[in-house]
Amino acid sequence: MTMIFGIPLQAFLGQLLIGLINGSFYALLSLGLAVIFGLLRVINFAHGAQYMLGAFAAMLMLEYFGINYWVALILGPIVVGLFGAIIERTMLSRLYDLDPLYGLLFTFGLALTIEGTFRYLYGAAGQPYAVPAQLAGGTNLGFMFLPIYRGWVVVVSLVACIGTWLLIEKTKLGAYLRAATENPVLVQAFGVNVPVLLTLTYGLGAALAAFAGVLAAPIYQVSPLMGTNIIIVVFAVVVVGGMGSIMGAIITGYMLGIAEGLTKVFYPEASNIVIFVIMAIVLLLRPAGLFGRDA
Amino acid sequence: MSEMTQTATKPHIERSATASRTYTIFVIIGLAALILAPMFFYPIFLMKLLCFALFACAFNLLLGYTGLLSFGHATFFGGAAYFTAHVVKEWGFPPELGILTGVVGAALLGLIMGFFAIRRQGIYFAMITLALSQMFFFFCLQAEFTQGEDGIQSVPRGHLFGFIDLNSSTNMYYFVLGVFLIGMVIIWRFINSPFGMILRSIRENEPRAISLGYSVARYKLGAFVMSAALAGLAGGLKSLVFQFATLTDVAWQMSGEVILMTLLGGIGTLIGPIFGAGLVVTLQNYLATSQFPVTIVTGVIFMVCVLVFRRGIIGEFYASRLGRKLGFEHRR
Repeated sequence: MTMIFGIPLQAFLGQLLIGLINGSFYALLSLGLAVIFGLLRVINFAHGAQYMLGAFAAMLMLEYFGINYWVALILGPIVVGLFGAIIERTMLSRLYDLDPLYGLLFTFGLALTIEGTFRYLYGAAGQPYAVPAQLAGGTNLGFMFLPIYRGWVVVVSLVACIGTWLLIEKTKLGAYLRAATENPVLVQAFGVNVPVLLTLTYGLGAALAAFAGVLAAPIYQVSPLMGTNIIIVVFAVVVVGGMGSIMGAIITGYMLGIAEGLTKVFYPEASNIVIFVIMAIVLLLRPAGLFGRDA
Repeated sequence: MSEMTQTATKPHIERSATASRTYTIFVIIGLAALILAPMFFYPIFLMKLLCFALFACAFNLLLGYTGLLSFGHATFFGGAAYFTAHVVKEWGFPPELGILTGVVGAALLGLIMGFFAIRRQGIYFAMITLALSQMFFFFCLQAEFTQGEDGIQSVPRGHLFGFIDLNSSTNMYYFVLGVFLIGMVIIWRFINSPFGMILRSIRENEPRAISLGYSVARYKLGAFVMSAALAGLAGGLKSLVFQFATLTDVAWQMSGEVILMTLLGGIGTLIGPIFGAGLVVTLQNYLATSQFPVTIVTGVIFMVCVLVFRRGIIGEFYASRLGRKLGFEHRR
C-alpha cells in the first residue's frame, strides 16, 4: 500500500476529503456571516441555528409532505430566508443605531430560542436523513473510494460560494450592496431603498446558511445542536480570515477545513482545537486577519 | 463600543449626596437581608445565588466598566471550579487554599486569553473569547484531571482555617457570604480607583485615552485578568458549595448565562448583576421542576432585554422617577 508521511495513502486522502467537506460548510457559513456583517454590522450568532433549521426543514418536508431532497434544496433556503427576513424587519432592524454588540446579543438569544424549541420538540439526539437515490453509492477513483454524495457537496458548495461572490462583485444588485456598505446614507439619497436592501441581505445570509444545512443533512445527523457547535468554529474561521473580503472568507473556510482534516490524520487528539490554535497564531502574527482590513 | 455603554450605563460616581445616602441605606438593608436569609430560604439555593451574583459582578467589571464583551467567562468560572475541586479532593488542600488556587488559576487563564483577545476590538473580541473558551472546553473534555464527562465528584468541603466545619450548611453559608462580600468590596474599590477611572475613560473614548499617553492594551489586560480572577473566586466557591465541578461550568452556555444576568440586572451598575443573577437563578430553579426547557426562556429574555430593556432592572430604576427623586442619575 502506498504510504505518505508514514500514513496509508487511503486514510490520508479519506481525511483530506472529510476536511474538504467540513471546509465547504465553513466556507458557506463564514461567507454568509461576512455578507451580513458587511452591510448590517451585525454578527449573526443565529447563523448556526439557521443552518440547523435548513437541515430540519429538509427532514420535516420529507417526513410530512414527502418533498424530496432536490426540492428541499431550493425550498428549505427560501423558507428559512423568509423567516430571517421577518426577524430582520420586525426586530433586528431596531438595533442598527446601537453598538454592534447588541446585534450579537440579540442573535445569540434568537439562536438559544430556536435551538431550545427544536430540542424541546425533537429531542437532543440526531436523526438520520437518507442520501438521495441519485447520489447514493460511491465510485472508485483508483487511488481512493469516493462516496458520490460527498463529491457532490464539495462541488455544489464551491459553486454556491463562487455564485455568491459573483452576485456581490459583478451584478448591479451587488454593486448596490457594496455601495451601501461603504455609505448607506449616500446610497439612500440616490434613491435606493436601503432598508429593503438590508432585509434582503439578512434573508440571503440566512438562506445560504439553510442551504448549507440541507447539504449537511445526509452527512451529519440532523440534530438541534448541530448549529451552535459549528458556529463557534466558524467564528474562529472569520477571525482568521477577517471579514473584509468575501473571497477571503471562502478561501479561509476551505483552508481551515483541510487543516482540521489533516490534523485528524497526524494528531487526532488535537483535531477539534486546531482551528482555535491557528486563530491564536494568526492573532499574534497578523491581528487584522489574513485577508482583513482592520475593523 | 462607547454607544453600548452610553445607552446602558452611567458611572455611579456621579451620584449626588442624596443618592449616596440612599445607597448606604440600601446596602445596610441588603446586608441585613443576606444575614437573615438562611432562616427563610434553602441555604444551597442562597449560596448558588451568591456565587452567580459574584460571577456576574466580576463579568460586569469588564463589560460595564471597560466596555469589553467577553463571551468566554465560563473558562474562568469553570476552570477555577476544576482547580479548586482538584486540589481539595486529590491533594487535600484546606478550603481557603483551594479557593486561592482556583483564583490564581483563573487569573492565569485570564492572562493567556486576554493576551490574545485584546488584539482585536468589539465583536471580534467577543468572537475570540468565545473561540478560546471553546478550546478550553475541549481541553477539559480530554484532560485526565477533570475526569471527562463525569466531572470531579464528591469534593470535600473541609474545615475552614482548620477548625470551622463547612459541612454544616449554616457555616458554609456565612463563609460564602463572607467571600461574596470581600469580592464585592474588591470590585467596588477597583472601579473607584485611578485604575478604574482610566478603564472608564478607555470605554468612553479609546483613541483619546491613547492620545493621553495611556497604554490602553495594558489596562485592558489588567481589567481582563482582574475580572477573570474574581470569576474564578466565584467558580471555586461554587465547586465547594455543590461539591462537584463538571463540564457544564466551562461550556459556552455558561458564558451566555452570565451575560444575561448582567444585561438583565443592568450593565455598568454595581449592584445590577446581583439582581440579574438572582432572577436567572430563581427562574432556573423554578423551571427545573417543570418540563419546559430553560433555553427557550433564556433566549426569549435575551431578545426582549436587547430590544426594549437595555438598561436592565437597576438601570431602569435609576432612570425612573423614583430613582431620580432618590438622587440617582441615568443618562440615556
